[in-house]
Amino acid sequence: MDAGFWLFQALNALQLSMLLFLLSIGLTVIFGLMHFVNLAHGALYAAGAYVAASASAVGGYWLGFLAAPLAVAVLGVALYAGLIRRMRRAGPMAQVLVTFGLIFVLTDLTRIVWGDLALASEVPAALAGTVDIAGVTYPVYRLFIIALGLAVFAVLALVLARTQIGAMIRAGVDNDQMAACVGIDVERLFFIVFCVGCALAGLAGAVAAPVLSVTPEMGLSILIPTLIVIVIGGLGSLRGAIVGSLIFGFVQTFGAVLAPAFASVLIYALLAAVLIARPGGLFPARG
Amino acid sequence: MKRTATGIATAGLIGAALVAPAAADEIKVGLLLPYSGVYAALGTEIDAGFVLGLDTFGEDAGTSFQIVREDTEVKPPVGLAKARKLILQDRVDVMAGIVSSGVLAAVRDVVDGAEVPLIVANAGNDIATGEACSPYVVRVSFSNSQINRPMGPWMVQQGITKVYTMAPDYAAGRQMMETFAESFTAAGGEIVGADYTPFRKTQDFGPYLAQAKASGAEAVFAFYAGGEAISFVKQYDSFGLKADMGLYASGFLTSPLYVEAQGPAAEGIVTSLHYVPTLDTPVNNAFVAAFEAETGRTPSEYAVAGYDAARALVEAAKTGADGGAALAAALSRVSFEGPRGTLSIDPATNNVVQPIYVYETVAGPEGLTQKLLAELPPEQDAPNGCEMPTN
Repeated sequence: MDAGFWLFQALNALQLSMLLFLLSIGLTVIFGLMHFVNLAHGALYAAGAYVAASASAVGGYWLGFLAAPLAVAVLGVALYAGLIRRMRRAGPMAQVLVTFGLIFVLTDLTRIVWGDLALASEVPAALAGTVDIAGVTYPVYRLFIIALGLAVFAVLALVLARTQIGAMIRAGVDNDQMAACVGIDVERLFFIVFCVGCALAGLAGAVAAPVLSVTPEMGLSILIPTLIVIVIGGLGSLRGAIVGSLIFGFVQTFGAVLAPAFASVLIYALLAAVLIARPGGLFPARG
Repeated sequence: MKRTATGIATAGLIGAALVAPAAADEIKVGLLLPYSGVYAALGTEIDAGFVLGLDTFGEDAGTSFQIVREDTEVKPPVGLAKARKLILQDRVDVMAGIVSSGVLAAVRDVVDGAEVPLIVANAGNDIATGEACSPYVVRVSFSNSQINRPMGPWMVQQGITKVYTMAPDYAAGRQMMETFAESFTAAGGEIVGADYTPFRKTQDFGPYLAQAKASGAEAVFAFYAGGEAISFVKQYDSFGLKADMGLYASGFLTSPLYVEAQGPAAEGIVTSLHYVPTLDTPVNNAFVAAFEAETGRTPSEYAVAGYDAARALVEAAKTGADGGAALAAALSRVSFEGPRGTLSIDPATNNVVQPIYVYETVAGPEGLTQKLLAELPPEQDAPNGCEMPTN
């Protein structure tokens, strides 16, 4: 177990973190801004993976990479218009039940459309193979996931901190009634954020497809890690999402290496500890 | 046959002569398979094999078959409720199917108590034909140890002496790895490390693969199935491990059912299994052709288990067995030449006895295909605490 081994594991942890970040950022901002719990977020990620796998079979990886976020955003628009807008004032219990039910509906829809058999998706030729970093042989595609996650983080941080719409979103998260009073159309803002969140979930699905297997259940299995990330990081904040993702990725990866017997329990223990010490998470959008 | 007594009586009322037939004029079969949930693909595959088996052999059975399907999902309580429904409400004569060993364990006592024979077409838990065996549970698929035991000595013969094992952390994963480790070390090999990854919760095998690489092993021996098998094979390849450390496995890893989704990453993996679709025997060629005509895909080890379950049922019905006990007894004496080779049931455990094949997944003219490397002779499992009542 030399230094190379630990670098290798650190890269593994980063890769997992970035994948989770792409998923959790959409979910957490939707929650922060709209106080809306969208448990179907994982199913949207699965839909993204399926669209990407189908599109890449026709027109190559990059077509899938572009088509998945778009298709899932369109699906998001449909969900918003058909269901979520009606549920806005229904209270968290009803929202959780409806979106939880939506998971099963979407899972079965993917099963009806694409069947039970897992789909294939290959890494594009440009990102295939491995590269040497400080003596460590690492797959290029995993580095691409890390880079993509960091890029999305940078863009979102810039938009939230420096642009007008970013300021409006921050105002909406902070106090939506006050924001509405000063003339911000919170509902429209909410719609935009929801669509961006869905598109990012679709993107995460497209990126994950060549690494993981594309099965109808993939949305359900990613949901719990995503929720843990949000709860640890704190609801509604970009910083919370990235920190939560990094904590999850590193605890999961190094837990598997250092304490394999506790690998599946460690993250839950950490979750419990965070909830006891800081019930709002580490970086909640509203103190 | 108690359950068809009313049917026969009705037949008598509408004028047919009231003579007891040698065999029931219709056998009602309850298919207990997962048609939804993570094993849905396996359920439909076994179903397709079973229906094809009945269509192919059913005609000479001297009786007709009626199928009642129930979805067990992957949930033992659901499987139990569905088994009860088939026995009590539908009054089936025999049941077949069962993918998950958890579901098998849940229905075992009901099957045994109601004396309705159950032909197991997948679930491979050793205990089901070991200490929990029943004269009414007959397994035509495989047992976990049966598939992996012969790989130990075979790998040592190939000159591999240091192996790292990896499997999901649940009963099947542990049984497979423990059997392999036992026979491998007995043959002179050494297990340099083992990982049991959280079952169905592991997305990224990277951390474990890095450890396998650092262990100095010459090869990895693994078991994964379904979605995990696809992720595992792809990630193993993406880290460039195949060149330094050969990947050997229990054959479910590269099942024809999902090997296409694994793509080129699956090339060169050597595995052992009870069935390989490229076996060049007349019986198998006929089966493969018929299955492909029906479904448009190559049959997997799951399809063949469904097919042979139907065949076993037909063979048992041919003996004129009447009633649950007689049918179960006939099932445990079944023997025939199937797509997998010569198949028989070991009456001591009611588990199937069959040859095990070692195959390599290679690129063929039409995508990935299986190249047969060795046929290892059939071996009976030890009784493992199974005590069949003698009657």
